[in-house]
Amino acid sequence: MKLPAAKPASPATRALQVVPPSGPTAWLTTFTAGAMTFLCVFALALSLASGRLANRWSEALARTATIRLSAPAEQVQIQTDAILATLATTPGIASFRALDDAETRALLEPWFGPGLPVEALPIPRLIQVVEADPPYDSEGLRQRLAAEAPGALLDDHTRWRRPLAEAAARIRLLGVLSIALIGGAMAAMITLAARAALATNAEVIHVLRLVGAKDSYIARAFVRRFTLRALTGAAIGAAAGLIGVAALPAADAAGGFLTGLGFTGWGWLWPLALPPLAAIVAFFATRRAAFQKLRELT
Amino acid sequence: MTVISFENVAYSYGGGELLTDVSLKLAPGSFHFLTGPSGAGKSTFLKLAYAELRPTSGRVMLFDNDVTRLSRDDVARTRRRIGIVHQDCKFLDHMTLAANMALPFTVSDRESSPQDMEDLLGWVGLKHLADALPPQLSGGERQRAALARAVIVDPDVILADEPTGNVDWEMSLRILTLLVELNKMGKTILVATHDLNLIRQAKAQIPARVLRIRSHRVQLAGADL
Repeated sequence: MKLPAAKPASPATRALQVVPPSGPTAWLTTFTAGAMTFLCVFALALSLASGRLANRWSEALARTATIRLSAPAEQVQIQTDAILATLATTPGIASFRALDDAETRALLEPWFGPGLPVEALPIPRLIQVVEADPPYDSEGLRQRLAAEAPGALLDDHTRWRRPLAEAAARIRLLGVLSIALIGGAMAAMITLAARAALATNAEVIHVLRLVGAKDSYIARAFVRRFTLRALTGAAIGAAAGLIGVAALPAADAAGGFLTGLGFTGWGWLWPLALPPLAAIVAFFATRRAAFQKLRELT
Repeated sequence: MTVISFENVAYSYGGGELLTDVSLKLAPGSFHFLTGPSGAGKSTFLKLAYAELRPTSGRVMLFDNDVTRLSRDDVARTRRRIGIVHQDCKFLDHMTLAANMALPFTVSDRESSPQDMEDLLGWVGLKHLADALPPQLSGGERQRAALARAVIVDPDVILADEPTGNVDWEMSLRILTLLVELNKMGKTILVATHDLNLIRQAKAQIPARVLRIRSHRVQLAGADL
C-alpha cells in the first residue's frame, strides 16, 4: 500500500500539491512574464545605449573645437597666420592645426562627390583645436580672435552638443520609465491571475481552512507556484531578448547613431537581473493578492 | 475546563435572528446530539462552534478562548483540536484518499506515521481504497473517510453535521459505532442530526444527551423523544 508519509516529499512540495494543477491557464502567467521581460530587455538596451551615446557625444564634442575662417581670398593666408599665432599664445590648448585642401576635400566628399575643385569654391578654412586640461576660456579666445582675424569664428560645438545630449538623456528617461511600466503591468497581470486562481480554488481553500491550515500555508502554495511561473517565463523572455539584441547589426563608426542599440561589456549582465526581478515582483504581487483574498473567504 | 461554551449567544442573518439566547456548556468527554427541523439552525450552531461564524451577540468560548478575540491563525490552531465531519464531505479531488486523510497533518507541516494511517484506514474499513480518488468513493465511504480525516490529528472534539444524511441504515449504525468508540476514548462528540432512530440507538449504548432547537432557542431535551 502506498501512503503519503512513505513518499519522500518535503513539506514545501506538499504545500504545492494541495492546490490542484491549473492546466492551460498556467501558461498565461508564464507567457506574460516572458513577453514583458522580452520587452524589458529592449527598453534596457535603449536606455543603456542612449546613455552611452550621450556620453560619447559630450566627450568627443567637448574636447575639440573648430575655427572657421571666411575671408576674401587674399586675406585668407594672413588671417590664418594670425589665428595660429593667437592660438599658440593661448593657455589651455593641447594642439591645433589648419586642415589642408586634401582634408577639406575628404570632409566634403560625402556631400559633393569626388573631384571637387576646392580651390575654385569659397570654402572656409578650418582649424581644428583640441583643448587641454584645464581648458581654455572660450569667451576670451573668441574676443581675441575677433581682434586679430575678423573673419574667424570659433565653434566649440555647444550648439550641437546640448540638444543631442538632452535628447539622449530624454530617451534614457523614457527607457527607465518603460521598464517601470512593464514591471507594474506585470505585477498587475500576475495579481489578476492569482486572484482568479484563488477564486477558482475557493472550495479547496475552504477545505484547507477546515482542517486547520493557516493563511500563510495556503498563500505559500499559490505564491510558490506563481513565482516559479514568472521566473520561468522571464528567463525565456530574457534569453529571447538577448538573442534579439545580439542579432542586431554591429555598430560601426558611420552608423553609430542608429545601430548603437545593444549592450557592451558589463551591460550584458543587466538583462540577467530581469528574471530574478520578475520573480520578486510575482512573489509580492501574489502574496498580497492571496492574503487579501483569503480574508474574504473566511 | 469546558470544551465549548455558549453564553447568551444570538446569531442573525440579514433577515432576522436564527438563534437567540443560547447558553450551554459541553464538558470534556460528553456526547451530545443536536436535533431540530431543517433550517432551524443546526448547521449554524455547529459553525459557531468551530469559529466559521462569529456570534452577532453573546460569547462563544472554545477551549476557554473567546472566539471574537481569535486571529485567523488562532482559528487555524483551534481547528486542529476540532475534527469536523460534514454531510457533504469535501475533499481535495486531485489527491488520493490517503493523502486527503493526512491533510490535517500536511497543513500543519507535520508527518503522519504510516502505522497510524494504516490503523485508521483499517478502523474505518477503507484500507483497500487508500489510493482511490475521492470522486470514486460511495456516500458511505466518503462519510467514513471524512471521519477518519477528522480524527487523524487526535482532536479533543468531533463535530459532525448530519454524518448519516446520505447513507443507508446499516452504514449509519457503522458510523455511530465509530463515534461511540471515539467517545469512549474520551473525545467530546456533538452530532447534528434529524434522525431520531439514530439517537435512540445511541442512547442504548451510551449516556448521550439531546439538544433540541425550537423557536430559535437551544434546549436540553428530556428523556422523552
